[in-house]
Amino acid sequence: MKKIIALVLSLVLCLSLLTACGGDSAAETTAPAQNAQTEGEAAPAETAAAADIKVGFIFLHDENSTYDLNFMNAAEEACKSLGLTEDQYIFRTNIPEGQECYDAACELVDAGCTVVFADSFGHEDYMIQAAKEFPEVQFCHATGTKAHTQGLSNYHNAFASIYEGRYLAGVAAGLKLNEMIEAGEFTAEEAKMGYVGAFTYAEVISGYTSFYLGAKSVCPTVTMEVTFTGSWYDETAEKEAANKLISNGCKLISQHADSMGAPTACETAGVPNVSYNGSTIAACPNTFIVSSRINWAPYYTYVINAVLAGEEIPADYTGTIADGSVVLTEVNEAAAAAGTAEKLEEVKAGLLDGSIHVFDTTTFTVEGAPVESYLADVDTDPDYTPDTEAVSDGYFHESEFRSAPYFDLKIDGISLLDTAF
Amino acid sequence: MSKQNNAPLIQISKRRELPWYGPIAIRAAAIVLALAACAVVTTAFTGENPLEIYHTMWTGAFGTPRKTWILFQNIAILLCVSLAVTPAFIMRFWNIGAEGQMLIGGLATAACMILLGDKLPNPVLIGIMLLAALAAGGLWGAIPAVCKARWNTNETLFTLMMNYVATQLVAFFVIVWEVPKGAGKIGIINQTTEAGWLPQIGSYKYLLNILIVAVLTAAMYVYLTRSKQGYEIAVVGQSQRTARYVGIKVGRVIVRTMILSGALCGLAGFLLVAGTDHTITTTIAGGRGFTAVMVSWLANFNPINMILTSFLLVFLERGAGEIATNFGLNHSFGDIITGIILFFIIGSEFFIRYQLRLRKNAGKEA
Repeated sequence: MKKIIALVLSLVLCLSLLTACGGDSAAETTAPAQNAQTEGEAAPAETAAAADIKVGFIFLHDENSTYDLNFMNAAEEACKSLGLTEDQYIFRTNIPEGQECYDAACELVDAGCTVVFADSFGHEDYMIQAAKEFPEVQFCHATGTKAHTQGLSNYHNAFASIYEGRYLAGVAAGLKLNEMIEAGEFTAEEAKMGYVGAFTYAEVISGYTSFYLGAKSVCPTVTMEVTFTGSWYDETAEKEAANKLISNGCKLISQHADSMGAPTACETAGVPNVSYNGSTIAACPNTFIVSSRINWAPYYTYVINAVLAGEEIPADYTGTIADGSVVLTEVNEAAAAAGTAEKLEEVKAGLLDGSIHVFDTTTFTVEGAPVESYLADVDTDPDYTPDTEAVSDGYFHESEFRSAPYFDLKIDGISLLDTAF
Repeated sequence: MSKQNNAPLIQISKRRELPWYGPIAIRAAAIVLALAACAVVTTAFTGENPLEIYHTMWTGAFGTPRKTWILFQNIAILLCVSLAVTPAFIMRFWNIGAEGQMLIGGLATAACMILLGDKLPNPVLIGIMLLAALAAGGLWGAIPAVCKARWNTNETLFTLMMNYVATQLVAFFVIVWEVPKGAGKIGIINQTTEAGWLPQIGSYKYLLNILIVAVLTAAMYVYLTRSKQGYEIAVVGQSQRTARYVGIKVGRVIVRTMILSGALCGLAGFLLVAGTDHTITTTIAGGRGFTAVMVSWLANFNPINMILTSFLLVFLERGAGEIATNFGLNHSFGDIITGIILFFIIGSEFFIRYQLRLRKNAGKEA
C-alpha cells in the first residue's frame, strides 16, 4: 500500500512539475520578439543602442584550449573597444557540439542577446536550428560552410584567409631550411618538413598546402610529410605524430591541431617548429620560429557594429591580412634564420598588392601535371558533389565563394602518411 | 590503565533501526554542512559571496522556463540510463557498460535515420529506429551476460571494454557518414526533412522524452517490486545458491536481465539521437553511463528515489555551468562545489548505517 502511494505521489510530482513548466512557456515565445523590437527602435541612435545591445558568445572549450582562448581574447577585446560593459556580453564556455549548443544559443537569446557567436565547426547545425527559431536575432558562426546555401538572412559564416598567414609561416620555414642546408646539416634533397594535421578536411588540406608552397617559394627542393590525428585536441597523439615525423627524417615541424603536443615534442628533440593559434615561445624558446593565427576581433567588431546600425551582415565574411584578421606573431630571432622578418614583410606586401597568389597554378602540380581547372565542393552536401570552378586567372580562388577553405587538391611534393581520418 | 588504552577512542558500530525521520535528519544535516563547507571554499578561493553563488546555481537550473525544460530533459536521460543499470545492479552484476550500450543504441538509431531517411513514412521509420536501438543495446548487454553465465567471465571488465568497442564503432561510422568530407562530424541528420525526428508535443521540445522516462520509471518500479522476474533478480543478487535451490535458472536470469538493461540503455541513446541531438558522436553519451552508477547506488536501487538523485546531480551540473558563465570562473570551480556536496551526501550514508561512540570514561582520563 505504502509503495502504491509513493508511486502515485511521484507521478503527481512529475506531472505538476511539467504543468508548471508548461504554464510559463507561453510567455517565453514573446520575449525574444520584444527584444528585437527594442533593438530595432534603438538602432537609429547609435549611442543609445550601444547601451542596450547584448552579445552572446559560445565556446567549445574554455581558456585552457589555445583555439578557444584565441576567440575569447578577441571577443573581449572587441566588446571592450566598442565600449560594452561587462553585463552586455555573455560567455558560455565548454559547450559541446550537440543539442547543448542549441540550448545555449536559445538561452542567450532569452537573456536578451541580439547577436550570438559560436566558435566551433560542429556547432553549425545547432546554430542554424536556433537561427530558424529566432529570425530577429543574428547568429554568426566561425569556420562553418552552410550559410551561403541555407537561405537564412540571420545566419552567417566567417573565416579568414589564414592560408595567406600559413604561406608566410611557410616562407619562414623555408628560410630556416635554407640556413640549415648552408650550414651543412643536410643536403638540399634531404630538406623534408613534417606536418601534424587533425582531419583530412579541406580546412587542413588548404592549410598545409599553403604552408608547403610558402616554404617551396624560397627552398625549391623541399618535400613534406603529413600525418593526421583524428582529433582537434589530443596532446598525446599530436606529440607522438611529431615524434614519428622527426624519426622519419623531417627537419622542421608545423601543425594544425590545438594542443601543445607537437611544439613540445619539437623542443625536446631540438627540431624547429612553426606554430599555429599563437606564440609557443614560452614553452619552446629554442625551437619556436613564428606562428600564424586568425585575429577574430575585427570580425566581432564589424558584426556588432552592423547590428547596432541595423545593417545587413553578408552570409560569408572572410577576414584578410589587410583588415588585421590574419596575423603573424613576432619572429623568434633565436630560432629563425637571419633576415626572416624582412623577407616576411616583403612577401606580405606581395600578397597585399596581388602580385603573389598563394595557390598560383604555376607553382605546383598534381600527379605531374599543372592544374588548369578544378571543380571544388563549395556547397556542402552528403555526397561531396563538386560544384564550383575555382581555378581562373592562373590561380585557385580560395575563400572567395564561401569563407571556409575548400582547397582540397593533393599536390606533388607532399606525401600523406595516413588518411584514416 | 593499559587495558583501557587498548580500547579505541572512537567506536564504530552498526545502528539499530532508526526512526523514520532519522535518515532524513542526517541527510539534511549533511546538505547544510556541505553548503557551509562550499561557502568557506568559495570565499577563500574566489572572494565571491557564497549566497550569490547558491542563488546563481538555482537560476542556472530554474531561472527561465527554458532552463527548467533543459533541466528536466537532462534528468530524463540520466534517469533513463540509471533505471537501465539498476536491475543488473540488484542482481549484483556490475554493468558499467551503460555508456557503450547507449552509444550503440544511438548508432543504430542514426544508421536508420541516414539510410532509411527518405524511404519510409515517419511513424514506420521511428518504429524501426526504436527497435534497432533496443536490439543493439540489448545485444551489447547480452554479450557479457552470456559469457558470464557460460564461463563466469568478469562482467566489470567485460562491460567496460565493450564501451571502447562501441566508441570505436561510432568513430568509424562518423567517418563513413561525415559531412563535409574529412570533417569528422556528421552534423544534424535530415535537418531539412526532419525524417526520423521524434515528434514534438505542442511547443514543448523535450516533453515527449520526459513523459517516456516518467512512464518508464513507474514501470521499472512495478517490475522490480511487483513482478516475478523482479523477485528472481533480487534472489539471484542475494545468493545465487539460494536461487538455484529454489529452482531459478540463474544463467537465464542473468542474460535476460542484461538484455533488458542494455536495451533500456539503447532506449536512452535513441531518445538522445532521435529526440534531441539528431546526430551521433563518440561523446554524445557524455559520461552519463557512469554517472548513472552513482544515481542508482545513491537511490538504493529504488526507481522512485532515483528521480531525486538524478535531479540532484543534474541540478548541480546545470548550476555549475551557470556559475562559470555569471562569475567568469572556470568550470572546474563548479565541479569543486559539486564534488564537496556529493562528498557530504555520500558520507552521510555512513552515518545512517553506523554510529560513532566515544570510549567510555575517555573524559575521565583526560
